[in-house]
Amino acid sequence: MQDMTYTRRETLVIGAGGIALLAVTPAMASAVEEAVAAFTGGAAVTDGGVEITAPEIAENGNVVPIEVSAPGAEEIMVLATGNPSPPVCSVSFGPGSASQRLSTRIRLARTQDVLAMARMSDGSFVQATRAVKVTIGGCGG
Amino acid sequence: MISRRDFLQATVAASAIVGGSGVGAWAQIGARQQLTQDQLLDFDTFGNVTLIHITDIHGQLKPVWFREPEINLGVGEVKGLPPHVTGQDFLKLYNIESGTPEAYALTNTDFDALARAYGKMGGLDRVATVVKSIRAARPDALLLDGGDTWHGSYTVLKTGAQDMVDAMNQLGVEAMTSHWEFTLGIDRVTEIVDSLPFPFLGANIFDAEWDEPAYEPYKMFERGGVQVAVIGQAFPYMPIANPGWMFPSLSFGIREERVAEMVAEVRAKGADLVVLLSHNGFDVDRKLAGRVPGIDVILTGHTHDALPEPVMVGQTLVIASGSNGKFITRLDLDVREGQLMGFRHKLIPIFSDVIEPDAEMAAVIDGHRAPYEAEMSEVIGQTGSTLYRRGNFNGTWDDLICNALIDEREADIALSPGFRWGPSLIADTPITREDIYSATSMSYPEAYRSEMTGETLKTILEDVADNLFNPDPYYQQGGDMVRVGGMGYRIDVSKPQGERLSNMTLLKTGEAIDPGKTYVVAGWASVNEGTEGPPIWEVVENWVRRQGTVTIDPNQSVEVVGA
Repeated sequence: MQDMTYTRRETLVIGAGGIALLAVTPAMASAVEEAVAAFTGGAAVTDGGVEITAPEIAENGNVVPIEVSAPGAEEIMVLATGNPSPPVCSVSFGPGSASQRLSTRIRLARTQDVLAMARMSDGSFVQATRAVKVTIGGCGG
Repeated sequence: MISRRDFLQATVAASAIVGGSGVGAWAQIGARQQLTQDQLLDFDTFGNVTLIHITDIHGQLKPVWFREPEINLGVGEVKGLPPHVTGQDFLKLYNIESGTPEAYALTNTDFDALARAYGKMGGLDRVATVVKSIRAARPDALLLDGGDTWHGSYTVLKTGAQDMVDAMNQLGVEAMTSHWEFTLGIDRVTEIVDSLPFPFLGANIFDAEWDEPAYEPYKMFERGGVQVAVIGQAFPYMPIANPGWMFPSLSFGIREERVAEMVAEVRAKGADLVVLLSHNGFDVDRKLAGRVPGIDVILTGHTHDALPEPVMVGQTLVIASGSNGKFITRLDLDVREGQLMGFRHKLIPIFSDVIEPDAEMAAVIDGHRAPYEAEMSEVIGQTGSTLYRRGNFNGTWDDLICNALIDEREADIALSPGFRWGPSLIADTPITREDIYSATSMSYPEAYRSEMTGETLKTILEDVADNLFNPDPYYQQGGDMVRVGGMGYRIDVSKPQGERLSNMTLLKTGEAIDPGKTYVVAGWASVNEGTEGPPIWEVVENWVRRQGTVTIDPNQSVEVVGA
């Protein structure tokens, strides 16, 4: 892994206090579209070639461990599609990278899909999504 | 509903692949008139390895009544498949006659009447007799405990589960996995684990900070010349379904890739037979079996299903051995050159009036109970109707608890968690203090009283419903629906989260629940640290004492559609 930059918006979200239960609003959907468009420049994206490892149900929505692996990627972008501000991070891999894999802990405001998109060395784009539930809990048999 | 024929064909066809079949043993016993210990223990020893599985005892050292669920809905791909088959459908599927000991043990049909005829089930002294008999036939039989052992009774609470630890050591357990164990608090768990003569396995338990394995993932055993690997899988949603603050350093999860990694590792070490000792719950294990190759046997637990035949997923046997000490499974396997060639299976029902208690185990149990006998046996009230807990939406024990919460804590609405543990009581019998603890004993019993808006109530119910009815088993937590007193609702189990609940009604006025209005809600077993209130068993005891005789009418306030 070469470098990781949290976006300013994500940093602000992390710094904010409590998060209420929110539905996906048109604003979030368009923020996802915007981030994807900025990353791909409008190029086609195919499914597969990216693997997201994350818990099915978050133990703590404030710190959800995720790992994204995309062999052959030059850059990986991660979006929390249901967060008020979806961009999480994007990570670049130089030619000397032994593997194209990142792991971090992210905040999820609600149950949502985590989207990981990778730009490959041939300029193509691939993606994967993974649903992570954020639940109230408390009733396990 | 699949037909019995389809199911048997599937089972037999699948078992034919590995050469041999354990199907049908139950039906043979069922045809006989009088039950004897010899019949219950009858087993033609087979192959070269024997596994004995017991799980989800929930602290029940003594025989109990335990009514199996009347409603246990499956959603998505598992709709109508075992264990989501109950009552008459279950009897038909497994070719069991109504009124037989098997019908009594495995279903809710005629429960109260059959309980009087066939008596209580379980008791670890009876279980010990069965284990000894299996070991007489196969001295190196491997005894595995699926967890939910150190929880659920008066004496567990008073002894910090030392009663169960001593009893299971006496039984000769050789490995276990876990769930409610952690609600003892991490310090007590560590103290017990350090004292155990066997491994406390949990491949999916990690240090939360460093993401490193926290417990032994597996143990290799040599049995009958066969290398047997037992991989442990603890309850995946421990910090979500139970109070995470009691074991803050640990992280769980299904971690399917970790299971696959462990299977590969034990195979590389020479395992001929791979066993997953799991507390995932049946549907999670069924899905896992279909996605992680190389597991020969999954001994499943958590969801308390008792199935008289294995369910085959590809070449993996999924074995469900019931709960509360009612059953143990004997599974004989023929393993040759690293291959499972065949099996013979029996879910052995522990009829306490038929199986002789083992004197050594009885002494261990009595030793732990003696100091508390007087307080446990005090009669608090009488049952006017059957008290039971199991069922997806309600049970009369929880209706009782909800009534007590509403009256004693002056609430509009009561919530009682959808636990699957807790024995039953038949009508016209005493309710002792021990009985109340067996339905409520735990380390976070505070009966809270708080205010919630109608909107919050809906959010909670939708959240819990999704833990039960999400069509992807990996998103299910394995409990039943939260029980609700004072409020009715309609639920469409086929809908997604947020759309299942409707027609929420305050029963005392008949008015619709207003999302913006505030209601007084009482409940217990909150996972939040710092919850205040008297312990639930006090609330229930006070209420039962005032009632004298408790009769619970059938609950008609939940309307279920989409099943």
